[in-house]
Amino acid sequence: MYGRLPIVKMLLATLALTVAISAVMVSINWDGQEASTAAPQIDDLLNVMIVLSSLVFSLVLVMLFYALYKFKAKPGDESDGEPIHGNTRLEIAWTLIPTIIVLFGGGYSWKVLHDIEVKEPNALTVDVFSQQYAWSFAYPGRGYAYTQGEFHVPVNRQVQFKMHAQDVIHSFWVPEWRIKKDNVPGITTTAIVTPDKVGTYQLICTELCGFGHATMRAKVVVEPPGKFKEWVQGLKQKTPPPLMESVKQDTQTNPVDLGAGGA
Amino acid sequence: MVAAIKRPGWTRGLVGAIAAGAFGFGLVVALRAISDLPVFQTEQTGYPHIVVPLITAPLGFLAGFGCFDYWLRWAAGMPTIPDDHSQHGAKSWRDYFRFNTDHKVIGIQYIVTTFFFFFFGGLMAMLIRAELAQPGTQIVDAATYNSLFSTHAVLMIFVFVIPVFAGIANYVLPLMIGAPDMAFPRLNALSFWMLPLAGLLFIGSFLAPGGAFDAGWTGYAPLSTGAPLGQSFFNLGVQFAGASSIATALNFLVTIITMRAPGMTFWRMPLLVWANLSTSLLVVAATPFIAGAQFMVLLDRAVHTNFFDFAAGGDVISYQHIFWFYSHPAVYIMMLPGFGIISEVISTHARKPIFGYRLMALALIGIVVLSYSVWAHHMFVAGMFSWLRVPMMLTTLLIAVPTGIKIFSWLGTLYFGKIHTYSTAMLFALAFIVTFTIGGISGVMLGMVPIDIHVSDTYFIVAHIHFVLFGGSVFTIFAGIYHWFPKMTGRMYDERLGRVHFWGTLIGTWGTFIPMHWIGMDGMPRRVADYASQFGNWNLLISCFAFMLGAVQLVFLYNMVVSWRFGPRAEANPWRANSIEWQVSSPPPIFNFDEIPRVVGGPYEFGVPGAKHAIMAGEGAEVPAGEPSVVGSSS
Repeated sequence: MYGRLPIVKMLLATLALTVAISAVMVSINWDGQEASTAAPQIDDLLNVMIVLSSLVFSLVLVMLFYALYKFKAKPGDESDGEPIHGNTRLEIAWTLIPTIIVLFGGGYSWKVLHDIEVKEPNALTVDVFSQQYAWSFAYPGRGYAYTQGEFHVPVNRQVQFKMHAQDVIHSFWVPEWRIKKDNVPGITTTAIVTPDKVGTYQLICTELCGFGHATMRAKVVVEPPGKFKEWVQGLKQKTPPPLMESVKQDTQTNPVDLGAGGA
Repeated sequence: MVAAIKRPGWTRGLVGAIAAGAFGFGLVVALRAISDLPVFQTEQTGYPHIVVPLITAPLGFLAGFGCFDYWLRWAAGMPTIPDDHSQHGAKSWRDYFRFNTDHKVIGIQYIVTTFFFFFFGGLMAMLIRAELAQPGTQIVDAATYNSLFSTHAVLMIFVFVIPVFAGIANYVLPLMIGAPDMAFPRLNALSFWMLPLAGLLFIGSFLAPGGAFDAGWTGYAPLSTGAPLGQSFFNLGVQFAGASSIATALNFLVTIITMRAPGMTFWRMPLLVWANLSTSLLVVAATPFIAGAQFMVLLDRAVHTNFFDFAAGGDVISYQHIFWFYSHPAVYIMMLPGFGIISEVISTHARKPIFGYRLMALALIGIVVLSYSVWAHHMFVAGMFSWLRVPMMLTTLLIAVPTGIKIFSWLGTLYFGKIHTYSTAMLFALAFIVTFTIGGISGVMLGMVPIDIHVSDTYFIVAHIHFVLFGGSVFTIFAGIYHWFPKMTGRMYDERLGRVHFWGTLIGTWGTFIPMHWIGMDGMPRRVADYASQFGNWNLLISCFAFMLGAVQLVFLYNMVVSWRFGPRAEANPWRANSIEWQVSSPPPIFNFDEIPRVVGGPYEFGVPGAKHAIMAGEGAEVPAGEPSVVGSSS
């Protein structure tokens, strides 16, 4: 009836293009420096998804350009194409294969999500306070010692951040840790991270909070446990009473533990 | 003058607006006076003496303009003015500025109005990119910058992308299903006239004390509940745009369900009709949620209802749940009509039946159902219940499946066809397949919670939404405008200028939005006027491409305006398409059909020997080419 398609050649072209695109894309470190135990897991997931996406994208490109190369009408050709209405097997294939791919991605994501949020018993708790347009921090383990615009944490120990917003929603993001969580007025939100590289990083507010949003930053220092202990013992300030109120109030209005990483 | 005030029209409309505005103002003053309150309340979020007139004045305009005349007379027991159809059709450009119940006139009113807002919002995008070309703040201060991107998004979403699709469908859909008009022509006209009012409210907020609304198009509480007066303009503008949207969707649903020509079963409907059926199902059920969310914010601001005031027991996160319960389906409201357009264009220009027509229609319905179950993927880091994340992730990923079916079926349609690429519409349709695939891929990545935790609220999101809304929706809008331009205006546009517009838009889109993925993953947050200097070079490059993308839209504008006036006359069916709108003259007769056509087959039977989609009145006598305006205009 009508001609056959060079299926094998098209598939080979798709695979070659996938390999080419993936080789370039995976070799680039898109997310920047990795400085927490979660970062490599998230970046690996991203790379796997880049390879799978390259496959889909290459398939679309090969299908489109082969069709344009092979089935473009000659000038003056006013005839119609072949009256093909569909192909049930093909339609089942491009329903089922993407379903399998996305469900695989979903399962993999679920596992990564679970792994990066496992709570450890010896974790350090840090309270985070955000307001237009400043960050401050308290260490409940040290009698709520208080620091503004800068905080330190020890390397290779899990930190659980308890976040409180004083006015509008802010969001806590340290790109090198790959961890982000909104600070919501009225409730306490939690983020879990295990920093594994000593260094100085930036905490960035990522939820629009007003005209000072772009400059609402804080300094993050990850250092060896000894130096951290020294630094935290040197803190003279105590958490001001209004912020202590928000620590207490948050726990009162939101008594249910909503699970790891949740509200 | 007195006669002008008695007759519906602009004079009476303006008088009505002023009178109703004054009534609203007086009502507030009087009520406050008798309650022993200060007559003018000017606390930051209040201003009732401005907010109440903002509600009454637009309604007064609509009443004065004649939108309610027939219904009010009927309700009051007065003799209704019999509709003699004298208002049908447009003989000069002035007729487009009147209350007109003709679906074809309304369609053009919609399209021209929405493109006005498109260019207005586009100018704002240019300002945004000018500010972002270098780190630091140069052109606008941070507060103005927040207003600019908020208004840009709101104009593009609420008064461009969503209603322009309603405009295209308004014109094309009744013709496509063989109907003489929409089911409720007066409601249709009312829907249109609410739209410019919404746009004016959005733009007018720049005049409010404290500046235009600046809490983003998402308007998250409590930033929005505590924002200056401009936010109330947004809350109210959304009501008018939303009411317009809901009324149009009801109109489409009733039209599609009850007014199809004899023989047009559901499985013989063109996919554009299927797409608008699905979209309308989304609009009628989802849009009330954003209307509700914005009313709650407005009430929180004006009368301290405290829905979202945490200090008074309100719940901050519930705003996001209500907002996204509309605003995620809204992205499909902004995409499904475009899917319909692409199906029409590709099938026609590839001279092939749509590959897997039934699965294409079912995929649309699948998207409708799934899209109600994915809203919280916008909230993975928002502090909602953590157990909600995994189910929302799985439904989000699954919605890629029906979308993928559509992509592959369009590609399948090309095979063994005779692909013609002389039409700019087809170029946009083919490019759409690739660009939209990119947007879909980044969407799947965003659906995965661990990746989303890192990139949410960064430029990766900006890149994704622009690939979906610009590379997706706007490409389909251009395809649709070029495709039906001959039908709507009776003129042909210039294909050479169309190609310039196409290549400029394609290169501009990729150049602007692809690098945004990279800087987002690398640590640049969104919605910032200032950023770390390490992103300076990329932003300069992005801005250059953005300016080119903006400039090339002027070519489109020139092409449309000049071709509409001076273009060569269009034949009835320049693309040799099958669906019914192409079987009547260009532009179509005032009442569409002398005799309702009979549908006898599917809409895409290219290459099937002897197949026909519809039998028109006086079958056999084809419309003479080149003389389109003669046939049918006598009716």
